[in-house]
Amino acid sequence: MSAAPAIELIGITKRFPGVVANDDITFSVMPAEIHALVGENGAGKSTLMKIIYGMQRPDAGEIRLDGKTVNLRSPKDAIAAGIGMVHQHFMLADNFTVLENIVLGSEPVRGLTLDLAGARQRIRELGSTYGLHVEPDRLAETLEVGERQRVEILKVLYRGAKILILDEPTAVLVPQEVEELFRNLRGLKAEGVTVIFISHKLDEVLDNADTVTVLRAGRTITTVKPADVTAHQLAELMVGSELPKPDTQESTVTDVVELDLDHVEVTSADGRPVLHDVSFQVHRGEVVGIAGVLGNGQSELIEALMGLRPVTAGKVTLHGQDITQWETRPRREAGVAYIPEDRHRQGLLLPSPLWENVMLGHQSQPPFERSIWIDQHGAVERTNEVVAKYDVRTPGVDVSAYALSGGNQQKLIVGREMMSNPVLLIAAHPTRGIDVGAQAAVWEQLKEARRRGLAVLLISADLEELIGLSDTLWVILRGQLVARLDPATVTPVELGSYMTGAGDEHAPLEALP
Amino acid sequence: MKLRRFLLTVAAPVSAIVFAIVLCSVILEAAGYPAFTAFHSMWTYGNKTSSLISIADRAVPYYLSGLAVAIGFKMNLFNIGVEGQYRLAALVAAAAGAAVTMPAFLEIPFIMLVAMLVGATWAFIPAALKVARGVHEVISTIMLNTIATGVSAYLLATYFQEKAKGKNIDLVPKTKALPKSGQMPALNRLLRAIGIHIPVGSDLYGFLVVAVLIGIGYYLLIWRTAFGYDLRASGVNPFAAVASGVNPKAMVIKVMVISGAIAGLVGMSDMLGFFHRYTTDFPTGIGFTGIGVALLGRNHPVGVAVGAFIFAYLDRSAQILDLNGIPREIVTIMQGVILLSVVVAYEVVRRIGQAQETKAAAEAATRLEGPAPREPVPA
Repeated sequence: MSAAPAIELIGITKRFPGVVANDDITFSVMPAEIHALVGENGAGKSTLMKIIYGMQRPDAGEIRLDGKTVNLRSPKDAIAAGIGMVHQHFMLADNFTVLENIVLGSEPVRGLTLDLAGARQRIRELGSTYGLHVEPDRLAETLEVGERQRVEILKVLYRGAKILILDEPTAVLVPQEVEELFRNLRGLKAEGVTVIFISHKLDEVLDNADTVTVLRAGRTITTVKPADVTAHQLAELMVGSELPKPDTQESTVTDVVELDLDHVEVTSADGRPVLHDVSFQVHRGEVVGIAGVLGNGQSELIEALMGLRPVTAGKVTLHGQDITQWETRPRREAGVAYIPEDRHRQGLLLPSPLWENVMLGHQSQPPFERSIWIDQHGAVERTNEVVAKYDVRTPGVDVSAYALSGGNQQKLIVGREMMSNPVLLIAAHPTRGIDVGAQAAVWEQLKEARRRGLAVLLISADLEELIGLSDTLWVILRGQLVARLDPATVTPVELGSYMTGAGDEHAPLEALP
Repeated sequence: MKLRRFLLTVAAPVSAIVFAIVLCSVILEAAGYPAFTAFHSMWTYGNKTSSLISIADRAVPYYLSGLAVAIGFKMNLFNIGVEGQYRLAALVAAAAGAAVTMPAFLEIPFIMLVAMLVGATWAFIPAALKVARGVHEVISTIMLNTIATGVSAYLLATYFQEKAKGKNIDLVPKTKALPKSGQMPALNRLLRAIGIHIPVGSDLYGFLVVAVLIGIGYYLLIWRTAFGYDLRASGVNPFAAVASGVNPKAMVIKVMVISGAIAGLVGMSDMLGFFHRYTTDFPTGIGFTGIGVALLGRNHPVGVAVGAFIFAYLDRSAQILDLNGIPREIVTIMQGVILLSVVVAYEVVRRIGQAQETKAAAEAATRLEGPAPREPVPA
């Protein structure tokens, strides 16, 4: 078959003052192909995606769809040409339903009214065709991260996309969900949809992509077939150096209990228990990992520990003090550091300067506060330290947080939390959506903090990260801790089966206390 | 970078005003009125000393009203109830001031304190409703404006009204006059001292000084205190603010109460400087103007001052239009157009600034990574 490529990029070049973000990028994607795009942050992937999606115009080069040169001046043009994009940070209106979110911008009009019933029907059909099940009438704010992603994909399919671009789609999913996603993507491929996805997880790229294009420093390094390379080789192509591993070395666990949860129970607004009988301890120098399929109570656990959600029964003790009824601020002042799951939602003041972002969460403590006043000088100084020590790449500390790339934003958050001299660190998906370089830096910092005696509670969807960093691993399922595993012996596949509740008969499982 | 950002910020309101003048000229010409004559006469009349003093006197209540709205806006809280808050505050403060006679250095602060307390109390109601029952403050403050009108009328008629003497029938219900010590001296002497000739009948109200102090206080509170940081964080990203330890309910209460206290001062300039009592002639609508002033001024104390001045200037200079047979409603249109276009202009400026900054940061990140292209490792 001599069909023209579904999309062909020829010599795409995009310069920003002083920077060449994309330098003569050339590659093509065949129709109904799953094409992975890998590269470090700053390699030019985002810029390239923005160019394909019409958000930015290339300075040189051309884009051909089905062999015909196109001129994409805006996402509207791209959508009309059948290109759809699922962003890494979801863009849903919280107070709209799934259905309303999907039709937003392409409302089904019948006469003067909205044909919501028809749209609902179509969404259900799309959902069952591709296995993307989300109840159309749920409010977006009630959705878990994984479900939000499904809505985003549905939204794009609803607009009739034939070329689907996904920006790090698996960053937030557990293996079972990842498998489901790729099953869906293969289903899309069978229907003739072309899929381009960005990923940092090389194993899944090799398992699922038909073709892989590697970008580095704004250039296409190579395009390979997965069969021809190993993950290690791919990583070297990407970064030009060794791929870091999350493994911790010798145990630094002490017998000092920093965090103690004693039969903790949390109920949702409608009285349903979302956490039931949760008991565990985190010691000084210990990383306790919580594994689980998203939506099994991890968010509620974090919120309960942060004082954002009331504990209905049981007791939480931090550093010997009963903090069960404490508000958030005294908890933070007592040394609870927090790396939130969604850095844009909970971790940053995007339009505010970096030094104000470094204060966030610690604004009531030195060096940020002097009696009732902000200590701007102290904050700027601390920010300079964070920037230097945690390798945050920024032109200065007065820059707004939105200007930084995801990896640099995350390093800023990790840095500010670490430098607050915490007793306990709650790290939710600390390396979600950042490149391997930044990921290695974050892992290194977590290990370093653990050596220094920090107690860490790690909630992650990256099983390799959980197994590699944790000293103790718990599995959470439907709001309960169902297994305690030894990270030294457990494999990701075993862990995955515990997470889905299928692993009860597996060894090695320590008896629950 | 900083200068460029400042110029961009200033460019927004300037272009909005230019656009409004152009659009209003078109409207005037289309309706058969001479646009140039209109604007020229407004300009000449507005710049007379007597006009400028009157503009300053008008701008002070606009300014305070704008600040009261702005502090709420800073955390996405919409206090539409400044109108009711200041009118009720002015009435009760006037009655309290008339009932007590103290030396001026106590009397005037006392009257102001009463006004602030009443404004704060009235603003506490929607705050409590929001925190306890989730009632949106826009709805409750609008309703409380109407209630405040009724309550003031009742209080004035039943308790605070000065009984008419002898056979005179009082057509305008009013409170008793404030004692001499409750009357704030004008700043005319100060103006004369700096060589400004004051036309007969013009008074620059002394409350201007208080307004300036409140503006400075507002700036320090919002940008320099830890409380202000929490407030701004709540406005920028409420989820992140809560996770950082801000108690959102307490924040709503505090900000509404402060907003109401500032609102309570809105009527003080006219009352202490001119009326010396509360009457049913007391100026109304300032609470609503404040919303526009805050919007125009981007919730910044200097911006709000400029916004208050512009609104006051337009109000005053519109008076000349009647003499020229031009409908003064054109000024209302102009105020509306300025507001609508300034919102658009600010958004445009925000995006330009954001794009520039992102570009600079990307540049820095790449530069720091050193010479980017490395030799590909053979697969």
